[in-house]
Amino acid sequence: MTLCMPAPDAAVIARRAAIAQVLRGLVPPANVITHEDALKAYDSDGLTAYRQPPMIVVLPETTAQVSAVLAYCTREGIKVVPRGAGTGLSGGALPLADGITLGLGKFNRILEIDFPNRCIRTQPGVTNLALTQGVAHAGFYYAPDPSSQIACTIGGNVAENSGGVHCLKYGVTSNNILGLEAVMIDGTVIRIGGKHVDAGGYDLLGIMTGSEGLLAVITEVTVRILPKPTTAKALLLGFPSNETAGACVSAVIAGGIIPAGMEMMDRPAIHAVENFVHAGYPLDVEAILIVELDGPASEVEELIARVEAIARTAGACYCRVSTTEAERLAFWSGRKNAFPAAGRISPDYYCMDGTIPRGALSKVLARMREMETRFGLAVANVFHAGDGNLHPLILYDANKPGELDRAEAFGAEILKLCVEVGGVLTGEHGVGVEKRDLMPVMFNDVDLAQQQHVKCAFDPQGLLNPGKVFPTLHRCAELGRMHVHGGKTAFADLPRF
Amino acid sequence: MTNINIISEAQLAEVVASATQPLNIEGRGTKRGFGRPSLPLPTVSLAALSGVTAYEPAELVLDAKPGTTVADIARLLAAQNQELAFEPPDLGPLLGAAPDAGSIGGAIACNLAGPRRLKAGGARDHLLGFSAVSGRGEIFKAGGRVVKNVTGYDLCKLMAGSFGTLAIMTALSLKVLPAPEKTRTLLLLGLDHAAAWEAMTKALSSGHEVSAAAYVPAGLAAALQEERLGDGLTVTALRLEGTALSVADRMAALRALLGGRTEELHTANSRAFWRRIGDVAPFVGDARAVWRISAPPSGGVTLAQAVESIPGAEIYFDWGGGLAWAAVPDTGDAAAAVIRAAVAAAGGGHATLVRATDATRAAVPPFQPAPPPLAALEARIKNVFDPRGLFNPGRMWA
Repeated sequence: MTLCMPAPDAAVIARRAAIAQVLRGLVPPANVITHEDALKAYDSDGLTAYRQPPMIVVLPETTAQVSAVLAYCTREGIKVVPRGAGTGLSGGALPLADGITLGLGKFNRILEIDFPNRCIRTQPGVTNLALTQGVAHAGFYYAPDPSSQIACTIGGNVAENSGGVHCLKYGVTSNNILGLEAVMIDGTVIRIGGKHVDAGGYDLLGIMTGSEGLLAVITEVTVRILPKPTTAKALLLGFPSNETAGACVSAVIAGGIIPAGMEMMDRPAIHAVENFVHAGYPLDVEAILIVELDGPASEVEELIARVEAIARTAGACYCRVSTTEAERLAFWSGRKNAFPAAGRISPDYYCMDGTIPRGALSKVLARMREMETRFGLAVANVFHAGDGNLHPLILYDANKPGELDRAEAFGAEILKLCVEVGGVLTGEHGVGVEKRDLMPVMFNDVDLAQQQHVKCAFDPQGLLNPGKVFPTLHRCAELGRMHVHGGKTAFADLPRF
Repeated sequence: MTNINIISEAQLAEVVASATQPLNIEGRGTKRGFGRPSLPLPTVSLAALSGVTAYEPAELVLDAKPGTTVADIARLLAAQNQELAFEPPDLGPLLGAAPDAGSIGGAIACNLAGPRRLKAGGARDHLLGFSAVSGRGEIFKAGGRVVKNVTGYDLCKLMAGSFGTLAIMTALSLKVLPAPEKTRTLLLLGLDHAAAWEAMTKALSSGHEVSAAAYVPAGLAAALQEERLGDGLTVTALRLEGTALSVADRMAALRALLGGRTEELHTANSRAFWRRIGDVAPFVGDARAVWRISAPPSGGVTLAQAVESIPGAEIYFDWGGGLAWAAVPDTGDAAAAVIRAAVAAAGGGHATLVRATDATRAAVPPFQPAPPPLAALEARIKNVFDPRGLFNPGRMWA
């Protein structure tokens, strides 16, 4: 595994014991972890192909402690990697050999539930699902629902701008948060927004969301909650080809219907999950769609009938409408277990996360089939079809020499294809270290420099999560001198997006 | 002062790179009165950089140049039964300009959203990607043309609401959505503040998918409809949208839930009502200063009482009580101190002076001053986009 990270600072590593000693004065001493075995638990996030034990793990318990730790790190020039639950899939929380991993796990309390203002004020280490559970008794829920919601934290969701299967209708994290408290790398505590809509001034809430821990450390989040839809029903549709399934997706949207969720799985994925969870999926089809409609009962009934008609016209050869809540959940059980199911049919799998225009679906799937032959590896496809977010699972065996490298090369090729057809490198998993070196496929030097300028406005010394997101590290002073005269860029004739 | 009419991105980059003094930046100039008064500087106009360059209804995306009018985009979308779901309001008439003349670049740069903000999100949530020229004279892009995208920082959010002070957008990709098939509005008549808030909260906490909720005092209700509305009583309005059957069912359920004296607005009447709410029609054409206040919905009653205690002032609410529009006499500080104190008492938020004389807007900060750490961060962000301070100096802050 070759991954070029910023060269560790030997002088900092040499001071490790002294640094830990200072940190034990800033947070409860037991919350500073230096023992080799204990550090191992933090050596990767959900992207387990990359591992690096951190120099020290610090687990602060209050905003004041986070502030003190960051102010100290700024004074001493020590790098910091923030970490939520460590479930991220792009290596955003991959530790640094000369850096402190700042774990927010002790920030695990909901601070306030405010039903009149329909929001929750919470610490960042609370899990996504716990937010919904905290308000379910009053008929509310928190809409974004990443598949890892039992484990992933709201702080991590903000850092990654997480989506989920229902974001087609209800939006991603950035559309569902109202306020943040965060600590800047110099220790300054800032509060953005609150219980009102649209924080004033520049949209700092927006720029912080999805910034992958590179701009500031989140210590409090205020999220919007929504009344739970009164009814939810799902259709399970089977198709004789990927093309007909893709055409059905486009036809539903073109028909003016925005389902709560619209998920697709191809044949290899269907067989893998059916053998695993027995969700009742048809096995004699090439692709299935799960289309969920939610809202007022009469509307759901009406739209279910319309989607069914659209699906028949598009060529669906199998159609089942959930008649009970148990049946609806069974439809989803397959989809939600697609990743572990892939883990059962292959020793390892590599999950990709590109987004494409819906209309390019069948073309992209066809090209992926060609690539399977070329790379000698199989792919199972799980797909947030409604919003064009692909999750190809590349199946490989890390114990077979060369397979991991081939899987990574295959993945890179898929992501380049996503950009080629008008899509993007990552829909919801983030850039992290995984897609960092592919950023130039989508952005030119000027685009990337402008983003790095924003980083400099928050973190001029580049101490917060360095080595992530950007393929080339520039010192902020250097960036200031990178002036491209007269707007003439290296690829001035390229179409702009 | 000179006007520089931009017709291409390359020309704009050259204009910025060779600029020897700061520039006023505008789309079609309909919201010139919003923010601090413009300085006497050359004006870069994006009006001629206009046109829809791509529209793919099945992909729910539309690309436009910044000078395209919102009205033109709305017409194009309507032909496919689609719309900009954030209902960009037309503040032109409020600010003394012609109706339907505002640009999409301006609507996004001012981060303006109408009544459906509470369900569909704001302007910020509908900008998928853009190209722009920075203060360095460099052309850069960010975002993309798909909804699910976390590739790099979400610079779209920074562009929305930056009032042309960070970079000049040259192309925008916007999320579009199907227009609802039916719209109906339930009017609850004669509720006092407390009862109105209770009704809005109940409605928005129900499963009936209310897509807009407003409260209009008796004196202003007449300005919201051609015919007499509200019968001289306060109006609490709740909008339902969706398929015909669903709207009818939910209307019945909502009436049963809330009871009292009610009326209904159907289709065109419902559309006209909400358009006037969003466009601030009650305050068009008078001489008062106008504030736009965003605060926690539950703070609305406090806010209403504070504003109504000012002689000659009126206030109405949108976004379930979370957005207030207040008109106050344009004298002294235009009640800035009273209003901003009331916002703090209402649980925090911000009050923006949207309309006032140049003298008032020069004396009172139109944008709510940020606490020092945030103000410092915003200044650094401004500096990394526009290090020479070329764009719209003094527009947001002195």
